[in-house]
Amino acid sequence: MALRDNPFGELKVPLALTAAVALLVAVVVAIAILLSDRRETLKEEAYGVTRQVGDAVAAPVSGVVAAPGRWGGQGLDALRGYFFAVSENRRLKAELKEARQWRDVALALRDTNDRYHALLGLKTEPPIPMVAARTVSDSRGPFANSRLANAGKEKNVEPGNPVMSENGLVGRIIGVTKGASRILLLTDVASRTPVMIDRTNARAILTGDGGPNPRLEYLRGKEPVRQGDRVLTSGDGGVLPRGLPVGVAVKGLDGRWRVVLASDTAPIDFVQILLFKDFTQLSASAKAELDRMDPLPPSEGAATITAQTPPPAPAPAPPLPKPAAATPLGAQARPPAAGRPAGQTAAKPAASKPAQRKPAPSTPAAAPAAAPAPAPAEAEIPH
Amino acid sequence: MSLSAARPLDPWRWLGLTTLQVMALTILFGAPLRFWGLPLPEPVFAMVPAFAWAVIRPSMIAPFALLALGLFMDLLWGSPLGLWALSLLVAYGAVLSGRNMLVGQSRPMMWAWFAAACAVAELAGFLFTRLDARASPSLIGLFWQFLATILLYPFAHRLIDRFEDADVRFR
Repeated sequence: MALRDNPFGELKVPLALTAAVALLVAVVVAIAILLSDRRETLKEEAYGVTRQVGDAVAAPVSGVVAAPGRWGGQGLDALRGYFFAVSENRRLKAELKEARQWRDVALALRDTNDRYHALLGLKTEPPIPMVAARTVSDSRGPFANSRLANAGKEKNVEPGNPVMSENGLVGRIIGVTKGASRILLLTDVASRTPVMIDRTNARAILTGDGGPNPRLEYLRGKEPVRQGDRVLTSGDGGVLPRGLPVGVAVKGLDGRWRVVLASDTAPIDFVQILLFKDFTQLSASAKAELDRMDPLPPSEGAATITAQTPPPAPAPAPPLPKPAAATPLGAQARPPAAGRPAGQTAAKPAASKPAQRKPAPSTPAAAPAAAPAPAPAEAEIPH
Repeated sequence: MSLSAARPLDPWRWLGLTTLQVMALTILFGAPLRFWGLPLPEPVFAMVPAFAWAVIRPSMIAPFALLALGLFMDLLWGSPLGLWALSLLVAYGAVLSGRNMLVGQSRPMMWAWFAAACAVAELAGFLFTRLDARASPSLIGLFWQFLATILLYPFAHRLIDRFEDADVRFR
């Protein structure tokens, strides 16, 4: 049919007007999508199918795009290693010398810890399994700081799992699909992480703002933090294990306390995803482990700890507490040890970190600095 | 001007191809690479078409192409879905409304207007993030991204130069 035969052929709509209508429709669609999106929640269903498909496609594509850069970096590292082998050797020898001192301190502390455990009848929590992954894409803008890791559902990664680099905490998983998972970095504007100051045990919330150094908010107490204090995860709320290294406190130019992240000291190419969901997982694992053991008569110390545990469960009736039920409560109430199994593997650099930063007080200050957790426990337990 | 540019404006040439180029560059700069300890900058490549398309001519397809680009960026960067789509559309709308004033200005002036459009997009992103996350993004991070983005104006200029006269109705 020719245009002139078409009854609507004479109908002419100004293009500027139709363009404006199209713009309006697109804006409405964008607003509707924005309002319906919730990415920071830990609920798996909140991470929609669109995002899952997007991540599943983006992960291999970004991996391929990043591969030449990665190979180039490896080549440069190899060259650097060849030409700077002597200076590297000297540095490593100095580091080894220092690490040997730390090893002696660590062995002494382990013995002390073992004695305390034996005396109090404490059971150590099970280790947290981990998955290694490589980050394939990285967003660094002011509105989103996240990474894609090339490990997903097939490796039992779940939303909420903490992610660590070789140096410290990186963030947590917010979305998982097959072959990929999205890590919300500590610097993201939606990230909130409960932390504590290692020296004073003061609590704070680490709040990302899109910049490289997240803020310490809701600090309480008199002088709770000083320049250079180590910051660790507190485990409050049960989302993260306690004791994972986060970074060092510094005073920002705006007068606020901020944290120089430990994970920033090296490129975050490989990460470890701790398959830790919350403390119920730990207590369930501990219960399963204890169920396999012969029941022991409840010792005085164990009973005390159980009696001091806060809700959710009421204090057990004193006469015949079942050990299997009592100790998981203890595990739930004492998150410090929950982080320790992870610390044996993933959080291992936490112990070596102060040695690099402050080598001077190595041996004498090591005991109080490295063992802040037993102190409150000792204080709680009557001798 | 090449002879091919004198042909009637084909949506695939000025919208489709540009969209694909922006997607490829965004993926490339999303690689977790560091040079001398510093990460790559993260410019908003989609600001180039958001500005240039509005200057070239009003279009019914361009807003939806920008919507798709914005959603793609949100998916790749992990930002709230719709954040960049809306920010780009706000900047596009602002440029489109001032199109009659912008067309034909000198290159430095157009660069300044491009910077203004980038500022509008970043400000919109700042406000939407504040509403969504109830926290203020870092202004320093915002400034670095703004700076990296306004350096892309030569690409927008090239796009405008190539297609501005392709449709005589909008000269």
